[in-house]
Amino acid sequence: MFKLVKQLTSLVAMFAVLFAFSTETMAAKKSKTLENTKKRGFVRCGVSQGLPGFSNADESGNWTGIDVDVCRAVAAATLGDATKVKFTPLSAKERFTALTSGEIDILSRNTTWTLSRDADIGLTFVGVNFYDGQGFMVRKGSGIKSTSEFKNGTSVCTNLGTTTELNMRDFFDSRGISYEPVVFEKADEVVAAYDAGRCDTYTTDKSGLAAQRTKLSAPDDHVVLPETISKEPLGPVVRQGDSVWEDIVRWSLNTMIEAEEYGVNSSNADMMKTSNNPAIKRLVGAEGELGAAFGLDNDWNLRIIKQVGNYGESYKRNIADTGILPDRGPNELWTKGGILYVPPAR
Amino acid sequence: MNNIIKKFLPQILAILFVVLIFGFLTINAQTNMDNRGIDFGFGFLSQESSFDVQFSLIEYSGSDSYARAFLVGLLNTLLVSFISIIFCTILGVIIGVARLSSNYLIKNSAAWYVEFFRNIPLLLQIFFWYYAALRALPLPEKANAWFGVTYMTVKGYYIPSMVWENLNVFLYCGLAAIISIIVLRNYANNLRDNKGKQIPVLLYSLAILIILPLLSFLIGGVSLEFELPQLKKLSKISYIYEGGISLPPELIALVLALSLYTSTFVAECVRAGIEGVSKGQKEAAASVGLTPNQVLKLVIMPQALRIIIPPTTNQYLNLTKNSSLAAAIAYPDLVLVFAGTALMQTGKAIEIVSITMLTYLTISLTIAAIMNWYNKKIEIKEK
Repeated sequence: MFKLVKQLTSLVAMFAVLFAFSTETMAAKKSKTLENTKKRGFVRCGVSQGLPGFSNADESGNWTGIDVDVCRAVAAATLGDATKVKFTPLSAKERFTALTSGEIDILSRNTTWTLSRDADIGLTFVGVNFYDGQGFMVRKGSGIKSTSEFKNGTSVCTNLGTTTELNMRDFFDSRGISYEPVVFEKADEVVAAYDAGRCDTYTTDKSGLAAQRTKLSAPDDHVVLPETISKEPLGPVVRQGDSVWEDIVRWSLNTMIEAEEYGVNSSNADMMKTSNNPAIKRLVGAEGELGAAFGLDNDWNLRIIKQVGNYGESYKRNIADTGILPDRGPNELWTKGGILYVPPAR
Repeated sequence: MNNIIKKFLPQILAILFVVLIFGFLTINAQTNMDNRGIDFGFGFLSQESSFDVQFSLIEYSGSDSYARAFLVGLLNTLLVSFISIIFCTILGVIIGVARLSSNYLIKNSAAWYVEFFRNIPLLLQIFFWYYAALRALPLPEKANAWFGVTYMTVKGYYIPSMVWENLNVFLYCGLAAIISIIVLRNYANNLRDNKGKQIPVLLYSLAILIILPLLSFLIGGVSLEFELPQLKKLSKISYIYEGGISLPPELIALVLALSLYTSTFVAECVRAGIEGVSKGQKEAAASVGLTPNQVLKLVIMPQALRIIIPPTTNQYLNLTKNSSLAAAIAYPDLVLVFAGTALMQTGKAIEIVSITMLTYLTISLTIAAIMNWYNKKIEIKEK
């Protein structure tokens, strides 16, 4: 009898110990994500499953795109090497779960910043790296020149789990047009369905339309309609609860944009150390102690500019030169008539 | 005393273990959600969903609640499962019986059918029907009419819809027909048992089934009209059919894949059931003078069904659960609508996934309960 009771208590104690250790606790002051990243030796970054210009892998598995460059900038700042990034391709449906569950540390996957996403589901948006808006693509032969020519019964192909699904409903409802939403999980499936004639129109962010058009069997037979039906500020996202990591990602992106503003690029960054302008000197780590605020050394921003380049270089390399959207439109600096404006790094 | 402890201790420990595990999981999830600022709650169900669904059995629009979106998904899942279960049963019985045929060609084609469809992954079959087979269909304006009034196109299968007048009178007549058939059968059984007389029940039943509804048309004021699908121009080069009912290609592909795949398993169950009845039974039945039809109906099938029902139940459950692969081809089932779009728009992963899991569990247990009831009904009654 006594023996049994003893065995029982030891068993219970064992369980108690087992469970007590496994609940995760967050460090309040230091950045746990940064610590883990340094320990691991690479940044874990969630990207799309292939969207040319934003995040796209070539045959040998090299990722390129402006979303990819944000993660590379963080790797350059924290680890000193922009190539030390592990990319995880995610569908729109999987992306937030992957981030909140800790599978990735940055989600840089053409994700729209909205109130409910920011406030509701444990995410924090750190900035905007592309200002976009939702549009429609139709077949040229259809003769449709404007969204006002859509008729009742139009079938619309789009992606699951996106703001697109909501905007589309707002758009058609407010015009009293009945439509048939055909919703796929993967972007490639949407393109294939639209290409086969399953849908009359394909809707997503305009940059996405421009990029996906290149995957169609006859890209020239399709045209993106001029109307933009929504605001889609796309930007990198981090988990809520690690404000230091959040700051690192935010200011890595801001550094790229500010570098363009001050004319600092990957080839002249080293020379700029002797510039007369204190703002430029701060940007290349020659003045001030900006890195210390996140627990980084003082060359963190110089490394970003040297290894990844400024925003303009990234845009040109990934989006303009690839012919996706040669015109920068709103994604031009505020000093040049665009709306790209970041707080000063000082 | 010791015996009591020995008897109950393992059970208490088991309960404790389960409670601890669940407690741990709950607390762990709670802590982590708190850390990340995620709220837990089911309040979102009454909020406006603000997304639309392609295909729905009930009235639904974006201004309805998430709870209604859930219902839409659930009904779509039930619809595709129900249709596929019926098709796979019919097909399965035919193929299963064909495998026992003495005709070499029938026997072997049935065997080939079973081996072929059983051994290709279901998801691949769904992709085949959706991306390969149905994509090859013509655009609406180029489609030829099937049976004169239906159109199979890449955008879906368009069939005429029925416009009823006084539908309820018709339904009452149908109900009356069914009740009178049951009464007739009972009467016929009594007649046979007590006086040894036989009456052609099947013939009478058919007559009732035709005459009563027909009467409702002639004197009950019921009328039926068909609304035919009409080609409508959306733009210079795109067309759809308006009016009638449109079955989306996603539904058709899913039903095809699910019923063809599951029918192979049902066929094997049927074959096993019939082969499981010993030959002596058939010979004995024939020797007391029953006709071959009666042998099958009164001797072979009642015994075979006892063997067929339990494994077939499993296949029905599998089919229902497999229907969740619908999400791969944009058929708006429970997984796509609720565990897909609704989850993404609300971010309530734990709540929505648990609701979805519980729903599938409920559907499966309900199907199992129905089949168990049927199994009980036909099992050997020892006197």
